[in-house]
Amino acid sequence: MENQMKALREEMMEAASQVRSKEDLAAFWQTYLSKGGKVSGLMKGMKTIAKEDRPAFGKLVNQLKGEVEKRYAEVREALDKAELEARNVSEQIDITMPAKMRPAGGLHPLSVTRSQMIGVFAGMGFEIYDGPEIEDDDHNFTRLNVPRNHPARDMQDTFYIAEDLVLRTHTSNGQIRVMDAQQPPIKVLSPGRVFRSDSDATHSPMFSQMEGLVVDKGITLCDLQGMLDKFCQQIFGEAARTRLRPSYFPFTEPSVEVDVSCFECGGKGCSLCKGTGWIEILGGGIVHHNVLRNCGIDPEVYSGFAFGIGIERIAMLKYGINNIGLLTQNDLRFLRQFKEA
Amino acid sequence: MKVPFSWLKEYVDIDCTPQELQDKLFSCGFEVEELIDLSEGISKVVVAEVTEAVPQEGTHLTVCKVDAGPYGKDIQISTGADNVYVGMKTPAALDGATLPGGFVIKARKMQGVMSNGMLCSGEELGLNEDLFPGSEYYGLLDLPKEFEVGTPIQDVTGLNDYIFDISLTANRADCNSILGIAREVAAILDKPLKMPALDYTVHDYAFEGFKVSVEAPDLCPRYLAHGVHNIRFGQSPRWMRRFLALCGLRSISNVVDITNFVMLEIGQPMHAFDLDTLENGQIIVRRARDGETITTLDGKEFALSGDNLVICDGAKPEALAGIMGGLSSEITENTKELLFESARFVRDNIRKTSRSLGQSTDSSAHFERGVNEYTVELGMARALHLIEELDCGLITSSAFDCDAGEPKEGRVFDATLSGINRILGIEVPADTVLDILRRLSFKVERDGDRLHVQAPRYREDIEIGEPDLAEEVIREYGYDKIVPTFLKNATVTSGGLTPDQQSREKVKQVLCGQGFFEVQTLAFYADADLDALHLAEDAPERNVIRILNPITANLTIMRTILAPSMLNTVVDNIKFGNMDGRIFELANVYYPKGQPITELPDEIPHIGFAVYGDEEDFFTVKGAVETLGREFGLEFDYERCQDVPYLHPGIAAYILCGGERIGCFGKLANSVAGELSLPKDSREGHKIFLGEIDYQKLMAHVRPFKYVPVSPFPAHVRDLALVAEESVTCGEVTAEIRKACGQVSDVQLFDIYRGRQIGQGKKSMAFKITFMPDDKALTPEDVNRFVKKILGNLKFRLGIEMR
Repeated sequence: MENQMKALREEMMEAASQVRSKEDLAAFWQTYLSKGGKVSGLMKGMKTIAKEDRPAFGKLVNQLKGEVEKRYAEVREALDKAELEARNVSEQIDITMPAKMRPAGGLHPLSVTRSQMIGVFAGMGFEIYDGPEIEDDDHNFTRLNVPRNHPARDMQDTFYIAEDLVLRTHTSNGQIRVMDAQQPPIKVLSPGRVFRSDSDATHSPMFSQMEGLVVDKGITLCDLQGMLDKFCQQIFGEAARTRLRPSYFPFTEPSVEVDVSCFECGGKGCSLCKGTGWIEILGGGIVHHNVLRNCGIDPEVYSGFAFGIGIERIAMLKYGINNIGLLTQNDLRFLRQFKEA
Repeated sequence: MKVPFSWLKEYVDIDCTPQELQDKLFSCGFEVEELIDLSEGISKVVVAEVTEAVPQEGTHLTVCKVDAGPYGKDIQISTGADNVYVGMKTPAALDGATLPGGFVIKARKMQGVMSNGMLCSGEELGLNEDLFPGSEYYGLLDLPKEFEVGTPIQDVTGLNDYIFDISLTANRADCNSILGIAREVAAILDKPLKMPALDYTVHDYAFEGFKVSVEAPDLCPRYLAHGVHNIRFGQSPRWMRRFLALCGLRSISNVVDITNFVMLEIGQPMHAFDLDTLENGQIIVRRARDGETITTLDGKEFALSGDNLVICDGAKPEALAGIMGGLSSEITENTKELLFESARFVRDNIRKTSRSLGQSTDSSAHFERGVNEYTVELGMARALHLIEELDCGLITSSAFDCDAGEPKEGRVFDATLSGINRILGIEVPADTVLDILRRLSFKVERDGDRLHVQAPRYREDIEIGEPDLAEEVIREYGYDKIVPTFLKNATVTSGGLTPDQQSREKVKQVLCGQGFFEVQTLAFYADADLDALHLAEDAPERNVIRILNPITANLTIMRTILAPSMLNTVVDNIKFGNMDGRIFELANVYYPKGQPITELPDEIPHIGFAVYGDEEDFFTVKGAVETLGREFGLEFDYERCQDVPYLHPGIAAYILCGGERIGCFGKLANSVAGELSLPKDSREGHKIFLGEIDYQKLMAHVRPFKYVPVSPFPAHVRDLALVAEESVTCGEVTAEIRKACGQVSDVQLFDIYRGRQIGQGKKSMAFKITFMPDDKALTPEDVNRFVKKILGNLKFRLGIEMR
């Protein structure tokens, strides 16, 4: 009997090592471990065993069964593993093939710049006001202290659509509309499209400006420069400084031209700043008394500053764009490059 | 404006370099756009004396020996010039010399003979006849014998000089002259201003019965005229010719040069009439009569109107006021008696006439900028002085002054020192303020903090008092003294975008997320752009705002739709080689409230978009539109769109929101595509889709977002294959399914099949329907009941059968 058991063990071990597939494994189980299998068959031989030997025999059979089951589990696991590996190999793809995607588009660089600039001023407490693009003479000129026959009308070549209606030549019309609607304190930013009737390599008949206006008690030229310093530092980097120099705008007195220290060379002089170390970026000044009065604000009580920034100019400086035409060409090869948040 | 350094020095003792002066002018508000060094590029060119000149046999050359002092006593140089002679002093560019324009002179063999440099003409040094006599002779410049040999040529020909090209701000008309800039320089350097001589002797001679009158004092508030007789024509002195030449003017004759000189020096355009040509012995300043004509000095004839100011004699216009004189009264060699004019013409009128007639001159440019009455008087006095100084005539006692009575004194106002400092935000010491104002010729009386100020007469830009003074003070004191502060007195305010501005940003972000690139196009185009879209003559989009003064023929109307801009951008991009893309713009279109336009028009923001490329079709575009709506919590319906002429009538839809048409999109109409400015064979090969949405109409449907509770019970999904007539649309079926059962939360078409089993003219549509329970869980029996109802309705309304 023991020999029989030993032979069966050897036979089973041999059979297990021959298992190559799930089918083989099922047959193995059927042959040895099923109810009618050979291990159960051994139990049937129990009758032929002496009564006193039966417990020992049963133990041996059970031990053998345990071994077979263990072996069976091992083989099955190995088979499963091999099968999984084979499947993984068969499902393998070329991960270097092109991605399937609908790439996001993007904002125009002027929009990106505009948003960044708005972000800076919004953080300083500026409200944003969109003034009309078509404006009457009164808001575009007269109440901004540019009466008819004033020399400053020559500075701005104006598109007319009716005798007293113009395409606004600047976003300064926003100043008047805001001050009409609101008493100080006023802190407002008015961005938008403006129009001038000239067009050449460096001028487009339409471009974008951003007007800033602060009216409150005790506002000074020092405040204008201090605020513009902060603006320039956020747009051009912490090292940026500003420089004021005299200029003329009819709606401010004193008027200043504002230069920012060249962020390319740090002020040493390079091709970007034409060797001067400074780059002209905007104009501004103390709001003209006549403008305040024209809006019913008493210049003896309140004072303010205003400034106007060309958005194209800032975008060109920020991105190193040297040809303004690129900003109106809308070439997708150009637009696709702007991914800055 | 060109300002020669040497000319400035006539009025101010300048003790700094031109470069230092440039910096000082810059910081005081006078930007020197270019500082021109007249000797730039000239080196190693010296005065040399020809000691030997031997013609070289068989050539046109003369082999010379020259004495160049310290550079060599016996230098051999060949020249081809015909005017060389022994004893001549002439410029010699020695070996290694440079000449203007980057020319480098090297010793070399000419016709076999060594030449160690080049003898020069005046023009080779950048000179002309007015800058240095003899310069325009086509040969060597024959220098005066007293010039020392070896002297650098720029030292003796006036080339050691600089020209400041200054850009003036529009308010400083008073600086539009050499004297005006000199006044500023004197103030900056705190030096006295040496005024040009203005004295002259009046001779006891008058033009009997001559009259001058101004009939349009509103356009000519001041008119001075003064007679000169015994005119002796001749050449102007060298100094005058040189100054004129440095400013780019050619010398004509002494009398004409005086008028030009005074314009440059004083800033007062002058005119001179030949008295003999003036009819009826009079000058009348008046508006032209309709139909009158004038032929100006340059031979051009102009038809005039009542908008044009003219200077007339007793019969006809003799000058376009402030712009140009007439040919018939021009000064000639034969002029014996003349009348000088020095006047103030209203700047706006001169500008309008100059523009409308297309005639602009140095004179009109001065008047357009503005001439003040101080200058009118100064100019006349200076011209008469120069007549006498140049000995070209005698000053008569015929002097006329037509004066509308404008103020003859500078503006007077009160200010305070503290007020000035309050504007600036810094404390400028009182003494400094007073000193700056004194240097700028303001008259100031101080009483403690209070100032009583009178501006100089020529400073018409000083209007309102303290702010003007603050500007004067800080530009002289230095803007670098401003100490930046961050709104230290201002009220704290909250800022940021309004909800509408935020929505606009969101529209852009959503579209960017759908692969669109934002473009920025011009707000105007031309009728031709609407024609290209086949818009009917009476289409609402033709109710345009016209620009009265367009700059080009392709920018004449304000846009009423964005579609042309989008299409043009697509066409441009195809030309750039970008064969697919998605673009959009959120920008205003403009509609007049009525025609003719008398009030501000409507500015209506539109979302315009275009999609093109092989991978795109109607439904990819629809997907983008749907996504835009969903991001704002909106569901759109679609309606076939067959009346938008630039869209394909079979492949276009109106976008409906809450039953309202808010926009449309579709494939570009074949007829429009066939006319695109692309190569003929490729025009129709591009799949181009255009769309446009009224932003405000879209936003009007947006409601504040509220959360809806999610059902705790699972949803049920059923697929239904339905057979319908070919004409039944997906939208109709979907709508019917939704209508039939309130529990339907989603209906998606996922397959369409046409074939024999279905039958001719029919299609099978497979829908996935989602049923969402509300307050209790759905049983399969519930869903069966819903499906039965849906099928019943579909059959009854659309004749649809279950497949």
